[in-house]
Amino acid sequence: MTDIILQVQNVSIIYRSPRGDVRATNNVSLTLRKGETIALIGESGSGKTTLSLSFIRMLPNSARVTQGTILYTRDGVTRNVLELSDDEIRRFRWSDCAMVFQGAQNAFNPVLKIRNQFADTAAAHGYRDKAWVKKRTLDLFKLVRLDPQRVFDAYPHELSGGMRQRTLLALGVMLDPQVVILDEPTTALDILTQRAIIDVLKAMQQALHFSIIFISHDLALAAEMADRVATMYAGEIVEEGPVDEMFYRPLHPYTLGLIRSIPKLNHEQDHLVSIPGEPPNLITPPSGCKFHPRCQFATEKCRVDPPTLVEYEPGHLAACWHTDKVIEARPAAVVQG
Amino acid sequence: MEPILQFENVSRSFHKGRTVIPVLQDVNLSVNPLEFLCLVGESGCGKTTSGKILSGLLKPSSGRVLFKGQDVSTLRGDDYRGYRRSLQIIHQDPYASLNPTHTIYNTLSYPLFRHNLVRNRTQARERVAELLTQVDLTPAADIIDKYPHQLSGGQRQRVSIARALTTNPSVLIADEAVSMVDVSIRIGLLHMLMNMRTNLGVTIVFITHDLALAKYFAWDGRIAVMYLGRIVEIGSTPDVIGDPQHPYTRVLLSAIPEADPEKTRSKQHIQLRSEDIPALTDLPPGCAFHPRCPWFVPGLCDVHVPALARVPGAISDADVACIPLTEGVPLALHTP
Repeated sequence: MTDIILQVQNVSIIYRSPRGDVRATNNVSLTLRKGETIALIGESGSGKTTLSLSFIRMLPNSARVTQGTILYTRDGVTRNVLELSDDEIRRFRWSDCAMVFQGAQNAFNPVLKIRNQFADTAAAHGYRDKAWVKKRTLDLFKLVRLDPQRVFDAYPHELSGGMRQRTLLALGVMLDPQVVILDEPTTALDILTQRAIIDVLKAMQQALHFSIIFISHDLALAAEMADRVATMYAGEIVEEGPVDEMFYRPLHPYTLGLIRSIPKLNHEQDHLVSIPGEPPNLITPPSGCKFHPRCQFATEKCRVDPPTLVEYEPGHLAACWHTDKVIEARPAAVVQG
Repeated sequence: MEPILQFENVSRSFHKGRTVIPVLQDVNLSVNPLEFLCLVGESGCGKTTSGKILSGLLKPSSGRVLFKGQDVSTLRGDDYRGYRRSLQIIHQDPYASLNPTHTIYNTLSYPLFRHNLVRNRTQARERVAELLTQVDLTPAADIIDKYPHQLSGGQRQRVSIARALTTNPSVLIADEAVSMVDVSIRIGLLHMLMNMRTNLGVTIVFITHDLALAKYFAWDGRIAVMYLGRIVEIGSTPDVIGDPQHPYTRVLLSAIPEADPEKTRSKQHIQLRSEDIPALTDLPPGCAFHPRCPWFVPGLCDVHVPALARVPGAISDADVACIPLTEGVPLALHTP
């Protein structure tokens, strides 16, 4: 396929810690196509952020990629991100792959006007044509529904949280990246501000055709924004598929569990079921399938043998020995909740 | 039935230098015994301040708080202690609300000794173990001598809940009590709280920004929607969620993404006239929502402060603070 932009193959990442190695990401593969939005969902500590930091080689010093390749394609040229030189990776970040961090609306330099922060970013990447930078900035402000002139000359403290978040999105796409990574893009924002950000993101993607990888624990946001969803658990992708498949026909007990524990806003009483137990310790993870201590379908096989991702429907993969039992349990999710 | 807790025209403001910030204005609210009441709204709406005043941690600037019909500011001695014992709060952040230098036993036994609920260490350990079992931290013997950093976030929040139960309260104020824990264990915590009504006879005021969670928690209770220091709509949960009346409630419900792809993609979002939230220090005259309200009626909404009342002819049992609605002025949607 020629429209593949990012292909992550068998990536494992460990963190060294005094208590032992933390296997934060284990043998993860993921494919991102042009214009596509993938949601990585999972709990804190499931490896979502670690994985996406590896795409732009921004992992902290204590982390090491122990195996795998991250192939990035632009204009027919494919390169392994993990093998780029320091100079190349500096150019790759922002121009090819931009990341907007969690709570980053507080990341602006408080003593610089917004216009200068945009000019600095452009200059750092070799864009010295001031007129072009200004025009690009103002165009992007219009796209994210900000009053261009007001924001251009404002200091960060003069903008509300939602406006800063939109300014940041504009800054993120200024150099026309193909991939935008968003880490919890709407967490800590109010409901109405969140709605504005979602709408702006959709409009930006339509106008600029970039692909999005976004990390969220918010299933509702994934349902609305994503084309594909990947569920992460204990450092592994345990299920991946088209958004409708994942929500209406989940194959992994953990995805099913998440869906059954989310309250809805419909007009009937919800019947929710909680997932028993707690997320695992990644220094000494459980044997076999890492979800087995919390899984209602677990058998002896699950305790011993780690399952691998298998494609059950076109584009819908799951790593579970007992997908048949999950399928059986689906209607029960509606009936007994 | 006499309400267990009541707000009578409660206002509260904070001072920052010379500026006065009116965080709560003229709130009337009653909490019935064994009721689940949810306070929902966005940040700055006054829900946490309401919770702190309800639990006795803050005093109102004006207005009265009644506990079982008695003005709490007049309570003295044993009556006052009894009132404070009866109300407990569960804070949002279990990483901040537990003292890291105290063991779980210490944290949970202080209130027991303070309120003379136990006589000696043996009794205290017994009672603490019982409380830990009550919040499903079992076996209690494994937890009792640990420090907070040895527990996970979910376990810490259970300790916070156990601490709130030490004094056998009749009302719990849960301020975003499950917002900080992971999705997969959130519902377990919520179920535990919900069971406390039956098992321990507690009334719960649940404060959250998450309307879907509020709906689940208080399906047989009530929801109060707050905006910039006032209650704008209050009614039984199925009515508020299923048939919202106040423009703000309608806009909120239309804006929330839902964990159902087809439904959330086809949802009609009501556009606000302005996305900017007014500052509490510079509130607009009349209804505070009027500069953003898509159904704004000039000359009415920007002049008079609306009072809570039923909407004539509506099936919903909610009281709504919206003059055009309660006075039967026809609404026309402004299209941006």
